[in-house]
Amino acid sequence: MSIDDVIEIDQNSHLGGSGSVGLVETHQWTSDVPLMLDCGRTLSPITQVYETYGQLSPQRDNAILIFHALTGDAHAAGYHERTDRRPGWWDIMIGPGKAIDTDRYFVICANVLGGCKGTTGPGSVNPQTGAPYGLDFPILTLSDMVRAQERLVTHLGIERLFSVVGGSMGGMMALDWALRYPDRVASVVAIASTARFPAQGIAFNEVGRQAIMADPDWRHGDYYGGRSPEAGLAVARMIAHITYLSNTQMHNKFGRRLQDRDQLGYNFGTEFQVESYLRYQGNAFVRRFDANTYLYISKAIDYFDITNGKGSLVEALEEYRAETLVVSFSSDWLLSTEQSRELVRALQANGVPTTFMEITSDYGHDAFFLPNPELSHAVNRFLANVSNPVTPRSTAA
Amino acid sequence: MSDQAFPNSSKLRLDHQMMGELVPRGSRVLDLGCGDGDLLLELKDKRQCQVRGIEINPLHVQHCIERGLPVYHGDMLEGIQHYRDGSFDVVLLGQTLQQTEDPLRVIHEMLRVGERAIISFPNFGWWKTRLQLLFTGRMPRHRLLPYQWYNTPNVHLCTIKDFWALCQQEQFAVEQVLYLVPTARRVTPFLANWRAGLAIFELRRGDSARS
Repeated sequence: MSIDDVIEIDQNSHLGGSGSVGLVETHQWTSDVPLMLDCGRTLSPITQVYETYGQLSPQRDNAILIFHALTGDAHAAGYHERTDRRPGWWDIMIGPGKAIDTDRYFVICANVLGGCKGTTGPGSVNPQTGAPYGLDFPILTLSDMVRAQERLVTHLGIERLFSVVGGSMGGMMALDWALRYPDRVASVVAIASTARFPAQGIAFNEVGRQAIMADPDWRHGDYYGGRSPEAGLAVARMIAHITYLSNTQMHNKFGRRLQDRDQLGYNFGTEFQVESYLRYQGNAFVRRFDANTYLYISKAIDYFDITNGKGSLVEALEEYRAETLVVSFSSDWLLSTEQSRELVRALQANGVPTTFMEITSDYGHDAFFLPNPELSHAVNRFLANVSNPVTPRSTAA
Repeated sequence: MSDQAFPNSSKLRLDHQMMGELVPRGSRVLDLGCGDGDLLLELKDKRQCQVRGIEINPLHVQHCIERGLPVYHGDMLEGIQHYRDGSFDVVLLGQTLQQTEDPLRVIHEMLRVGERAIISFPNFGWWKTRLQLLFTGRMPRHRLLPYQWYNTPNVHLCTIKDFWALCQQEQFAVEQVLYLVPTARRVTPFLANWRAGLAIFELRRGDSARS
């Protein structure tokens, strides 16, 4: 997902204006140290691209790592060029005086491993063959992506993060970080997220993958240099996009209204506005995203279960300590409020200071990409109240 | 009972203040229906308590977040169920018992997750309530019961006598009871079911308390 998904956004920041981090650069870092992956294979070298906003404090204790969602990238805030039409994907939340205040915090956002926005992924060149990996790229988990970013954070000289923050898949990665590195983070913000990706979500992801793989241009992933499987990827995107919206929102935005016509045409062209919208979303998406990356990342999301299939969620979170804010949206049916509640209950059973809030919204799963004063306020105030360094976990509650 | 008066709590509702005074310093506290978190904030800042709240009103939840109080947005029975037995020293319930669907289950849950439960409720046996019904023939309305019959959230009102009977029936150990009138004054137990507009019961989980 990205800001592209949102058709009309009231961007309250603009280049040079208050609230914007202004012009930003994407950095990259390559490590030759092999990364052991959950699938048993190792990967090297690994290049990661990332952006940072704000200043790292002399004590190095104000760093916030932002994890992006399925189709996001490292460009979370600000502008690359003066002529950019749009800022980074979470510019509404990140900037001076914003929810994640870059006057206070040093914010890092990196493209995930397996991505197609500069970090090593299936479209990168395999040093062993000199050709793009394609399906030779190892299958990834969100934990692999988190461990890659842990190296980046260490490389940046940061021992302990002030917070890890993310929505959807980003929230899952934030939870993974907090459980994996309990001594290396003070707080977590998990928005529209879950402790284990549900069957319905896996089902939708699988349909998307099948659409890609059914496209003859996909050629088992070996399409780099030729035609890419745009039709399949567009369908995958259209399906996924439906899961990011709510019924109410679709009804309000499109209803049964027709597109560029007054009456039914009795053909298979684009008749309804909602069809036109989805096709636009699909077509826009294929211009900026790689089909293989979609396969790999959606698969990684499907694998996400913080219990790793062992024991109860409460038991799985026993080592978790970071103060946590969990936010859900009332109309999100992909990762519903109940998903968040399940997570929160398990954290609270382990004595983790946890705040949970359901925000009433018609904008479905993607609500966190839209300006929302309640979300901004909650994140801002939660971060402002985080005790850092954290005290040892209480035996209480 | 604490050893000193509850400090600087003039902004707190009377029964809140009294309930706060029953919470020992450094306690682990859960407040059911914690509202804006006034009481939890006092307990956290002034008494170094470890606090948690459950609140269903999203505006109140926002206020709690603003104040850095860990709060669960949701129904209290749903929000309490996952806490392990004995997670808290004290569980608070301020003038909300009568609004719950299943008060008995709420109390049992309070005594499951907490060593002690402190519960305040408006006394339906208060003389003003009785006389209003007797002389006007209408549903009582006053400061403690400010609703119309058709919009009241109070679905399980009781008298002090009723509550005592419940404690006996369920074998709750009653540690102490405070009887209050709406003007912030405590009254003696003498004819309390007539004289007190509010009561605060402190129950203890013990061998006698079923959980």
